[in-house]
Amino acid sequence: VKLLVQEIVDGIATGAIYGILALALVIIYRSTSFINFAQGEMAMVSTFLAWQLTQWNVGVVPAILISIGLAFVGGMLIQAAVIRPMEGAPELALVIVTVGLFLGINQMTGLIWGHEVKSFPSAFPDEVLSIAGARIGVGKLGVLAVLLVEIGLLYGILLGTRFGLAMRAVAVNLESSELVGIPTRRIVMLAWGIATALGAVAGAMVAPQLFLWPGMMFPVLIYSMAAATLGGFDSPLGAVLAGLILGVVENLAGTYITIVGPDLKIAVALLVIVIVLLVRPSGLFGSHVSVRV
Amino acid sequence: MTLRELDSRTRRWIAIGVVAAIAVCAIAFPFLISSYALYQFNVALVLAVGVLGLNLLTGYAGQISLGHNAFFAFGAYTFAILWSHGVNYVVALVPAFAVAMVVGFVIGLPALRLKGLYLAIVTVGLAITTEPLINRLTPLTGGPQGLIVIQPAPPDWTGLTTGQWLWLITAAIAVAVFVMARNLVRGRVGRALIAIRENEVAGLTMGVDVAAYKTGIFALSGGLAGLAGALYALVVGFVGPGSFTLIFSIFLLVAMVIGGLGTVMGALVGATVIEFLPTWASGINQSLSSIIYAAALILLMMVARGGLIGLLTSATVRVLRQPKARLFADSAQPRGAAEESTTRSQSRELPPKGRRS
Repeated sequence: VKLLVQEIVDGIATGAIYGILALALVIIYRSTSFINFAQGEMAMVSTFLAWQLTQWNVGVVPAILISIGLAFVGGMLIQAAVIRPMEGAPELALVIVTVGLFLGINQMTGLIWGHEVKSFPSAFPDEVLSIAGARIGVGKLGVLAVLLVEIGLLYGILLGTRFGLAMRAVAVNLESSELVGIPTRRIVMLAWGIATALGAVAGAMVAPQLFLWPGMMFPVLIYSMAAATLGGFDSPLGAVLAGLILGVVENLAGTYITIVGPDLKIAVALLVIVIVLLVRPSGLFGSHVSVRV
Repeated sequence: MTLRELDSRTRRWIAIGVVAAIAVCAIAFPFLISSYALYQFNVALVLAVGVLGLNLLTGYAGQISLGHNAFFAFGAYTFAILWSHGVNYVVALVPAFAVAMVVGFVIGLPALRLKGLYLAIVTVGLAITTEPLINRLTPLTGGPQGLIVIQPAPPDWTGLTTGQWLWLITAAIAVAVFVMARNLVRGRVGRALIAIRENEVAGLTMGVDVAAYKTGIFALSGGLAGLAGALYALVVGFVGPGSFTLIFSIFLLVAMVIGGLGTVMGALVGATVIEFLPTWASGINQSLSSIIYAAALILLMMVARGGLIGLLTSATVRVLRQPKARLFADSAQPRGAAEESTTRSQSRELPPKGRRS
């Protein structure tokens, strides 16, 4: 039982990271109706920036905050330079462009910082708390706290501000929003900035656990895609909850189902995606979209 | 702009020229170039078969796949295992094709219900799962060490080297596959696939059996990738999990886009580019070729979705169409047609406004 509690707690901590990146995917999906396959790589390069700052003797927390700021600006620039010119292009072309971003960012990072594994300092103290027999690192609680703060902030913005209202309007119908005078282009650009900043947060949370290297985000990306699929691609809260669920499921499957084991954990994500899409394509919390033809 | 805008005689000459050039290359190559260059062309040819499979699925039917590394791996390992257990290497290509085809069919089933994006997610999952799965099946696959694939010696009477013999085998198979693909996309099946890509519902109302075509093309595409994987194992002489990662799938996608989405010959062009560009670029920097690929993906999607073949086609049409229009105007065409083509050629010959004095 002790082990079980431990696994669940660890799972929630990992799941929180999936939740954060899934949130980034959902924000972009809601504003532009496609999935940014480069989301993980954008997070990875932001984390490298933070690491570079720590090498220049900037403290960990300020370094992460600066990298989040840079990611926000970078995300908007990428949207303006690469995504906006693709307006009206078929979905396939957009997917290919984000795959191009994925490859380009991944290789650029390898070129600049090399492919060796680097250790990234945690933003949280190293202490370990003992609760109900499980040993819980402060870092893991910290990740969960960050997730809660983020989801609070996001819903605060979405529900409480004019900008949030505009974002929701764009998510529902881009053309109508434009007709009522919402500056949709700027909104979409800001959505990319926010999503990229969220990715930077996720990267800074992952890096102390998985180490920092250009391939770091592959498994995280696929799990957050699974989370976004399970939660429903248009539901931020759903994505976060699904991220937590998936973190726990992944950990339990890796420990208790021997066929899976630690190295095939990734197959769990694939299985979840396929099952969800076959059984309930709109996810647990997503809205069902009927297309009129 | 397509070659259809040219008259049939010009088209026939272009086709004969292309086919003749390819035939000369295929037969003369092994005796003209160094064995290493031949090896590289051989790898490019093998990749072209896989890229063609991907292009049938993505370029024609519009169903994106980032999981073709998995089909490659299934084909390569099936082949390597059977061949090491004494099955004839030509015979072993058949199960390699079949196994990958079955996997493609199974992956294609969810594709029936999924729109492009979700399909992309499923295939990314497949792509990332491939390497751990190979490592998990170590007793069968050799795990991270991979498997050595013994290259067959050519029959004595031919007097060829192993490299030349392998080239002739892959060239024969590749020609067969390309001819099959060309015939497939030129006819009913090709039109059905394009209908699915352009507007699924419209295709459905026109009587296209969307479900059957989608799973069918997924299976065929997977099978071709598996066949390419098997040939790859044969040509390289080794299979290992490191060869079949997500990045490999992305390279296939790059080859398809560079060559041209929805073209048959584009696969050959694109595969040649991705095989030779790294050799050329690695003198400058290891990552350079990948960065060029990334830029090519983005730029081509912005300005030229037809890829190199698309650009080449429109250039050819531009060059060859001009005399055709004049010819029509001079010859004894029916009145209407002659007039029409005259006006067209005249309007094209008008100088740009700015230069008019």
